[in-house]
Amino acid sequence: MLTALIAIPALGALLLAFLPKGKDALAKYTALAVTLVVAVLTVVMAIRFDSGGPRFQFTEKYWWIRSFHVHYAVGVDGVALVLILLSAILVPLVVLASWNDAERSGGVEEPPKRSVKAYFALLLGLEAMMIGVFAATDIFLFYVFFEAMLIPMYFIIGSYGGPQRSYAAVKFLLYSLFGGLLMLAAVIGLYVVSANAGNGTFLFGELTKLHIEPTTAKWLFLGFFIAFAIKAPLVPFHTWLPDAAGQAPAGAAVLLVGVLDKVGTYGMLRFCIELFPGAAKWFTPVVLTLSVIGIVYGAVLAIGQVDIKRLIAYTSISHFGFITLGIFAMTTQGQTGATLYMVNHGFSTGALFLVAGFLIVRRGSSRIDAFGGVKNVAPLLAGTFLVAGLSGLSLPGLSTFVSEFLVLVGTFTRYKVPAIIATTGIILAAVYILWMYQRTMTGPTTEKVAGMRDLSKRELIVIAPVLALLVVLGFYPKPALDMINPSVKQTMVRVDKQDPKPTIAEKGSRP
Amino acid sequence: MRHVSIAAGDISPPHIEYGRLAPILIVLAAAAVGVLIEAFVSREHRYWAQVQVSLLGLVGAFAWTVALGVSSTPHHVAAMGAIGIDGPTLFIQGTILALALMSLLLIAERRHEPSPFTAQASSVPGTAEERESLVAGITQTEVFPLMLFAVGGMLIFPAANDLLTMFVALEVLSLPLYLLCGLARRRRLLSQEAAVKYFLLGAFSSAFFLYGTALLYGYAGSVRLSDISAAISTQAGTEPMLLAGVALLSVGLLFKMGAVPFQVWKPDVYQGAPTAITALMASCTLVSAVGGILRVFYVGFETLRWDWRPMMWAVAILTMLLGAIVAITQTDVKRMLAYSSIAHGGFLLTGVIATNQAGLSSTLFYLAAYGFTTVGAFAVITMVRDAGGEAWHLSRWAGLGKRQPLLAGTFALFLLAFAGIPLTSGFTGKFAVFQAAVAGGATPLVIVGVLSSAIAAFFYVRVIVLMFFNEPAADGPSVVFSPTSTAAVAVGALATVVLGVVPGPALHLAQSAASQFFVR
Repeated sequence: MLTALIAIPALGALLLAFLPKGKDALAKYTALAVTLVVAVLTVVMAIRFDSGGPRFQFTEKYWWIRSFHVHYAVGVDGVALVLILLSAILVPLVVLASWNDAERSGGVEEPPKRSVKAYFALLLGLEAMMIGVFAATDIFLFYVFFEAMLIPMYFIIGSYGGPQRSYAAVKFLLYSLFGGLLMLAAVIGLYVVSANAGNGTFLFGELTKLHIEPTTAKWLFLGFFIAFAIKAPLVPFHTWLPDAAGQAPAGAAVLLVGVLDKVGTYGMLRFCIELFPGAAKWFTPVVLTLSVIGIVYGAVLAIGQVDIKRLIAYTSISHFGFITLGIFAMTTQGQTGATLYMVNHGFSTGALFLVAGFLIVRRGSSRIDAFGGVKNVAPLLAGTFLVAGLSGLSLPGLSTFVSEFLVLVGTFTRYKVPAIIATTGIILAAVYILWMYQRTMTGPTTEKVAGMRDLSKRELIVIAPVLALLVVLGFYPKPALDMINPSVKQTMVRVDKQDPKPTIAEKGSRP
Repeated sequence: MRHVSIAAGDISPPHIEYGRLAPILIVLAAAAVGVLIEAFVSREHRYWAQVQVSLLGLVGAFAWTVALGVSSTPHHVAAMGAIGIDGPTLFIQGTILALALMSLLLIAERRHEPSPFTAQASSVPGTAEERESLVAGITQTEVFPLMLFAVGGMLIFPAANDLLTMFVALEVLSLPLYLLCGLARRRRLLSQEAAVKYFLLGAFSSAFFLYGTALLYGYAGSVRLSDISAAISTQAGTEPMLLAGVALLSVGLLFKMGAVPFQVWKPDVYQGAPTAITALMASCTLVSAVGGILRVFYVGFETLRWDWRPMMWAVAILTMLLGAIVAITQTDVKRMLAYSSIAHGGFLLTGVIATNQAGLSSTLFYLAAYGFTTVGAFAVITMVRDAGGEAWHLSRWAGLGKRQPLLAGTFALFLLAFAGIPLTSGFTGKFAVFQAAVAGGATPLVIVGVLSSAIAAFFYVRVIVLMFFNEPAADGPSVVFSPTSTAAVAVGALATVVLGVVPGPALHLAQSAASQFFVR
């Protein structure tokens, strides 16, 4: 099942790559069909997932490189499953949203004509690797996907991005490679530790049983953590993200920020904490501090941005702060909230980037001051932008509120000060979102905006499901939470932490 | 009179295991036949005759090597202990022969111009004599026997079980290479400069090697590696003569593989030599040199490893860092690959330093993986040409991805393999040596290794940026496809992908080769 999910888009990518020149329309429809099949299969898998069953389901395990003791081993728990769902749902929408993007190179300025089929082939390749990276239960396999994933994204940004695409693509690749290579050293170290313990393996399930000497564990934790912190990205490793997301075509930016960066936070939750529980606890104060700094710093910088895509990228840095905060709070609520946050953030930021992409294509510029009064000429566009924006500032009733609330509550029960400071992030979020909305959508309609078309049918089809999901999960997050909770409980057992008992201040008594 | 006859009776003819030495003998015999062809076959038939003989010789030797590898006879030393034919050696020899075959495809290339080699090596560049020979359409074919002699030396070098045989092999492999370097058809001054530099420095390093051998003989009373090893373990204490001998010998060995601080020749020679010869040197010579290092340090100085490991640590760290850092500033694609080759030499040394079985097998795998990718990359360079021959300057490669997506894509694949991206052979190899090094207690070395990989990634990626994200120049180079060089590129690309995606069989081969270790 999982292998099929990885193989179908991979084969689709190969197929597209070998299509004859000039069959652009065929390439687009093939890509759409492939991604829809994958999405349907993923949904089927999610329905068949038994949240009361064993932790990892749909597992497959074969030898891949016997000499290295490497398995091709895949399987999903609730956390991985929701993230695979997120990817599988976003990709067809991105394909649809970028229907005319490949020719236009991000919609900004002189559009160099690029190969259309290559763009969609890269997207499909990326999808295969995104699913693979979440499904891998062998650390070597995870690493392979983790690194290989960079290449299609690198080519997408570099070939189809905005004016500074080449700089952004290289910066993206080098930052990620650097982190990845540190992780490689840690992966090797971990293997050698397991080999010294008598049984060399890369299988996640067996590695968690390993007893690692504390000092070694701290170094290995750092190797993994820095890679994930660059990927996520956590301040101070974040500077590549605004460049990459700002230059990537809108569709790719959705996947970059919505899914690829989640690999970082997913990796922290899955690998950093579960493989090195002791070290994770030791590093918690540092990570919490960085998270809180990220929340406030990202939000403040977002307020100051003049470019829509860069603004959204900075809001994401702030949101990633929330996610890591929830993960390292080491409470069930915090980690469940953080996982849900990953999904919600994928949809919410995805929606923002998609609508922003529509705006930018229409105006030919991504600067905020190039817009004004869009609401008057394109009410649907403005409306969807508002809803997407509100989900970014976690309005109650939208799914992001649930996760942000869970994270804050989960953190507060153990670490009060970070939670309190993090709460200011919500206020700052209102500032950057609403002020952006105000500057672009309201006010007098400028001359350049006057002729703007409203959303086309295709664009509506793209944006409607995402917004619907945001609302549905906002009112009824139970299905997602049911999937996530058992996995998180396992993690909590692994770090050997109980949730602090809620205390109720009795009348008259001092807490 | 009687006295003399007794003496003659005492000298028994040396026992030579011809079957085990056959690959070496076949290659050297083919080279000798090539010399005869030069002398007796008419000019118009020489090219085809030479190509056929070289091809037959290399294929025959390769087949014999494979047969030796699969036959279950236990390995032992041959030719009175002068040559050791064992698992690792057969793996190395097989690799050298396969890579030599690929390089032969490039050397035999005649599609781009009459020959990639100069019409008359003796003519002074820029003179009327040179023009005349060009106009006359003379093509020289000595390159084939020269190449075969070099390959023969390369086959003996990692098999040599005593230092004198090794020295002879070193000279047999080096002398033809010095000559071949100077034979470029274009940019002849650069080519001749490269040859002179390589010759002078190479001769110098050979002297070091010989001096080291002499000191070791003084210490152990033998040049046989096993005797030296035995002497080290029986004679307590570390003698200055031994340490000096090891150091001097290492200079000679490290020079051949181009490790820092003996790397200065590499960029100049790689750039100046005809690209087909560069491919031969960057793959076969490196494999052979590392094979020799493996044998010397794993057999001869194995018991001394606590003394030489710190030195090799320093060399490996410097090699990785310097190769990666200096490559960033290169603007010539061949020089860039030369520095990249230096950096990869450092990665190989991390496998050597592991001094365990995993270190041996991973180094063997790395050699094969790197060799195929390298020949493929140089084959691509021979195909990207403009009016002045091959377009070496990187700026000329701008926008190649738009005009020749397939070729540029293949080159990008080779670069990604050099950078060690997963699903390419480069990653598997790097992972193998790093894992062996960590298991061998060299974790800091591995950290330097990953850091320099990150640095190295920068310049590989820069070329990809140039090819794919920059606009092509109006008068950019054209790509000339020809069957032989396309075949070399295809084999390189295939090996790069297969060794990256399903490396299991090749790794297993390397492991079973290493499991027998070197014979003594």
